[in-house]
Amino acid sequence: MPKTENEKGFVDVANGRYKPKGVFHIPEANQPIFNKDTGKLAGITNPRDMTYMHSYGGEAPFFEGLGKGKLMATRCDNEKCDTKGSIYQPFRIYCPDCLRKNTVIDMTDLAKTTAKIHSYIITHRSGAFNSLPKPIKFINIEFEGVVTILMSVLAVGEPEFDKKVLPIFNTKSPTYTITDLRFVVEGTSESELPEGFTF
Amino acid sequence: MIKFSDKQLKIPKLMRPVYLATVGMSKFDRAFPETRTEELCIQAFTAAADFVNMTPSELKQYIHTCYYGHFADHFGDQLLGESVIHDRLGLDPLGNIGVKTGGATGGSTMWEAVKAVASGYSDCTLALGWERMDEVPTDEGNHLISAAADKDWETPLGHIYTGYYAVMAQRYWKIFGKEEDSFRDTMAEIAVKNRGYARMNPHAQAPMKITIEDVKNSPIVAYPLRALDCCLMSVGSACGIVCDEKTAYEITDNPLRIYIAAGSHTLRVADRRNMTIPLLPNETPDTYKDLAKRFPGSDRYPGFTGFLAARMAAYYAYRMAGIKDPIEDLDVIELHDAFTISDIQSYEDVGLRPYGEGRDYIESGDAYLTNPQTKKPGKLPSNLSGGLIGCMHAVGATGLMQIAEIGYHIWNRWDEIHEPQEKWDVFGRKKPDDWTSLQVKGAKRGLAISHAGVGSHVTAAILMHPNNLLKED
Ligand SMILES: [Zn+2]
Repeated sequence: MPKTENEKGFVDVANGRYKPKGVFHIPEANQPIFNKDTGKLAGITNPRDMTYMHSYGGEAPFFEGLGKGKLMATRCDNEKCDTKGSIYQPFRIYCPDCLRKNTVIDMTDLAKTTAKIHSYIITHRSGAFNSLPKPIKFINIEFEGVVTILMSVLAVGEPEFDKKVLPIFNTKSPTYTITDLRFVVEGTSESELPEGFTF
Repeated sequence: MIKFSDKQLKIPKLMRPVYLATVGMSKFDRAFPETRTEELCIQAFTAAADFVNMTPSELKQYIHTCYYGHFADHFGDQLLGESVIHDRLGLDPLGNIGVKTGGATGGSTMWEAVKAVASGYSDCTLALGWERMDEVPTDEGNHLISAAADKDWETPLGHIYTGYYAVMAQRYWKIFGKEEDSFRDTMAEIAVKNRGYARMNPHAQAPMKITIEDVKNSPIVAYPLRALDCCLMSVGSACGIVCDEKTAYEITDNPLRIYIAAGSHTLRVADRRNMTIPLLPNETPDTYKDLAKRFPGSDRYPGFTGFLAARMAAYYAYRMAGIKDPIEDLDVIELHDAFTISDIQSYEDVGLRPYGEGRDYIESGDAYLTNPQTKKPGKLPSNLSGGLIGCMHAVGATGLMQIAEIGYHIWNRWDEIHEPQEKWDVFGRKKPDDWTSLQVKGAKRGLAISHAGVGSHVTAAILMHPNNLLKED
């Protein structure tokens, strides 16, 4: 059953500490597990409802950008680095070669003009806590001049190798997770986008 | 890194020879609702003692340090599970440590155990692994597995690891398999082969007598992968004991030499960058000069189609052990057949065939105990245990099961482990009427590959009979 507003837990950061407020776990009694054939005790259940806090740290500009319709990436600008100029999407805070802090760049336009499918897979399966509609169309996206290949999902259209795709963003009710970024095939109209998403 | 220095490419060196003295395995199954993990670990350890005609307490007298492979703590609701097992095995107060490298955990555990002996720190170490994924509901289990992907960039996308993995299979299927029916059949043949071999293994969880058509008609998991293309989810334990020369010969008159090396690559497939192919001893730069011409779309290495970690593990291990050509120099192999297609990919990573031509290892019949075309012995039989598809994938134990199985062949004692009716009875499994020995006749050298997920960690363990080494120490 979904939690009521009073039962939800919220967290702020203040004075350099996480400040949780609200309800974070609703205790539920354990139950015995019996062998139906022998009637003997086999074990117990241990139900638990927990909340993790993920710090985005230096990646925060990426996740915040999605809700504003922006795809942020990073680039190594270290003159002395062998791989200087490499653009990273997934966003990497530090260059994997020289370990100097990368420059944050806005690659929204680059994505809108050059994104294409490198590989894909369609699956009807998911794990607990999944929030994406099924089937899930996983796609891996190449961008011109980017040295890595981002994973995301295709929200509208059918995936094919080298097919051009466009990013869409959950700007109306951002969750601040990677699911705020999805892609659609070229030619998709605004009205076909999932609830809350814009180009 | 995309360029490697000479120091990074140094061939690993064991400071003294290391020997595998004994191995053991438990029964493997999808679930053991009425068995605690320690019971399975004790089963594996006791089997290792039996194998060298010792009692468990006699064998324990030799052990100096313990390495425990167990990947997914969060499945068991128990941190420091290694300590629980260590105590139940009665091995306190010896030093012990847990090892976790996803699907490669078993191999990595052995990697650590071997180094401890090679360095002289210990004369005898235990590498013991286990896993249990049966103690949560399946959808929560899928989520827990997906937690091995990047928690912010991947896991929220469906909480389903298969999705992150299968995009590589798709790319290989299109670029190297060219979406041919014949390639689809070759994938299916691996599933038929490994499940068929599992029929001769009382430890195996999913023996099946099936056809290529059965595989191709099984439910789609993520196209092109179908249910029968995929490995098992298992519970069980396996172990191995490694020693210096003197101690090894105190435990057994027939220990095997062991060499082992490891490689790694990015946890997110997304982070893979292009690089030149590191070459194995049986390859030259010419091997790949027209690869992109022959297979359009294969211009990225490793791209989504190769596993750099497996390539590097083989790169180091072959040179450590003096292997020039794995097909010629090895007699038996256990590969990490998580999926039929990734099995094909790994043939290329470890040099059984050049990149792009992995399918030929199956199609030629080389991968069989008896080549189905020539009816002669296959050149390098693979996964006679049944592999991850037919025998088990109890993550922390898998790499150790593979090493054990290779050992049984070289010891020429495969039948003793797999044939006795009593074992089939104890495990509650029916021995097939057409049971046949899969012992590789005259096996002297073998390889076991242990591999994590999308290729984050891979180990290559090479076993050799000490009379058949390829390189001076
Ligand atoms: Zn740099």
